[in-house]
Amino acid sequence: MREVAIVGIGQTPVEEHWDISLRELAAKAVLNAMDDAGAEDVDALYVGNMLSGILTNQENLGALIAECVGLSGIEAVKIEAACGSAAAAFRQAVLGVASGMIDSAVAVGVEKLTEMSGRATTHGLATASDGDYEMAIGLSFVAINALLMRRYMHEYGWEKNDFAPFVINAHRNAAHNPNAMFQNQINQEQYNLAKVVADPINLLDSSPIGDGAAAVLVVPAEDADKYDGQVITVAACEIGTDTIALDNREDPLWLKGVERSTAKAFRTAGVRHQDIDLFEVHDAFSIITALSLEACGFAEKGQALRMANDESIGLKGKLPLTTMGGLKGRGHPVGATGLYQIVEAATQLRGDAPDALQIDAPNCVMAQNIGGSGANVITSILKRRD
Amino acid sequence: MDIPRSWRLRNQRYLLEGNACTSCDKKHFPPVLVCSECKSRDLRPFTFSGKGKLYSYSTVYQAPGQFEAFVPYIVALVDLEEGPRITTQLTDISPDEVRIGMPVEKVIRKISEEGERGLILYGYKFRPPVD
Ligand SMILES: [Zn+2]
Repeated sequence: MREVAIVGIGQTPVEEHWDISLRELAAKAVLNAMDDAGAEDVDALYVGNMLSGILTNQENLGALIAECVGLSGIEAVKIEAACGSAAAAFRQAVLGVASGMIDSAVAVGVEKLTEMSGRATTHGLATASDGDYEMAIGLSFVAINALLMRRYMHEYGWEKNDFAPFVINAHRNAAHNPNAMFQNQINQEQYNLAKVVADPINLLDSSPIGDGAAAVLVVPAEDADKYDGQVITVAACEIGTDTIALDNREDPLWLKGVERSTAKAFRTAGVRHQDIDLFEVHDAFSIITALSLEACGFAEKGQALRMANDESIGLKGKLPLTTMGGLKGRGHPVGATGLYQIVEAATQLRGDAPDALQIDAPNCVMAQNIGGSGANVITSILKRRD
Repeated sequence: MDIPRSWRLRNQRYLLEGNACTSCDKKHFPPVLVCSECKSRDLRPFTFSGKGKLYSYSTVYQAPGQFEAFVPYIVALVDLEEGPRITTQLTDISPDEVRIGMPVEKVIRKISEEGERGLILYGYKFRPPVD
């Protein structure tokens, strides 16, 4: 296997891009990443996306996006793993380059969630759950996560307020990220008063939907110096899965997919918990932040909320979380999110984050993208090149 | 509306039929092709009693499309007596009466409908035991 490096990154702001089509969004991110690397062509394009078929009546994104960026003819396919689609596409690019079968690949995540009504979008997002036994009987994606949050509070005695610091931290960071959907900070009172979507989950517990695209260009590490972009080493990108429906899990409060994916990634990268300088966690819901921290091994079972304070997760904390706003503050264009996380992690390693957000000289960072409620988990570990 | 799906799932939705592994006896709902416990592919149909305890619940205020007319409604995870946990709606109870751990039982109710002339979908919901 060859060592893989990221030599180009690109993104569009996460917004309600009513005036930009899905293909243009993806193309902008791809071209930004190629420009960053100074690359004129690549061998392959992997497009992470979840809902283009349902929400924009467009599939076959591989050939479509390749054509849009002037690369018609290359290998190009769409990869789908619900909200984990983008990191799954990244994994495909890494596999291809590591194996030696291709010499350069772009992974782009793109999603357009504001093309149709909110009703259609809610329906589309629910397709990440079990169609026969969850969605068909009235469970929204939010409701599924609400079942987890309720049980967690019951089992460990936490109050709803205890989750607020995760949300406040994400928004505080997003306010300094020009690509983030939300530029406003929030406080505990606003959290308490937010509208309930599916009890106990309120609007501020759930990440906002938006449109966006993010991309990276990966090449063999040995070729990396031929490109312009500052080089980041891909130390690991590993996938672990779990049952799609919560009810089939022995303990729904333990995300086995997260545990499996994290363990594999740590082994591949040869790192331990204390080596991780920041963690772009998949904070689609506050409860998922807590359960992820536990299944990753950063917190004891039932005790992740003890980390919900600045000393633990703030930019100067022991394990900074969601340093660019996370899904909560940057926004969650579902099938693009995993590559936003990877682009943000790479930006931190390069030292190119906005001043207010830059972590002091990070060496090793982790990004974790989750499809469904813990069903498909992709953990990436990136390092500054020695 | 996906009519074949509703037809295919009739024994699950109306009877709460799952299956049981013939080698390790683990009960499954929904029915599985491969036993998650021992990997056996030899399973027989098994009808659940419909009695269980509440594992978790949520009151839904913003619902997917065809359920908008029903808000607020309560969804839940129920631990069935025979082992598996099932995802369901609760009925015949108001949100402030629901408690984790309370006993519940299966009942057949309307799940959703597609407009005035559309298909009406029936299936299991759970309620506090009546007797
Ligand atoms: Zn068995």
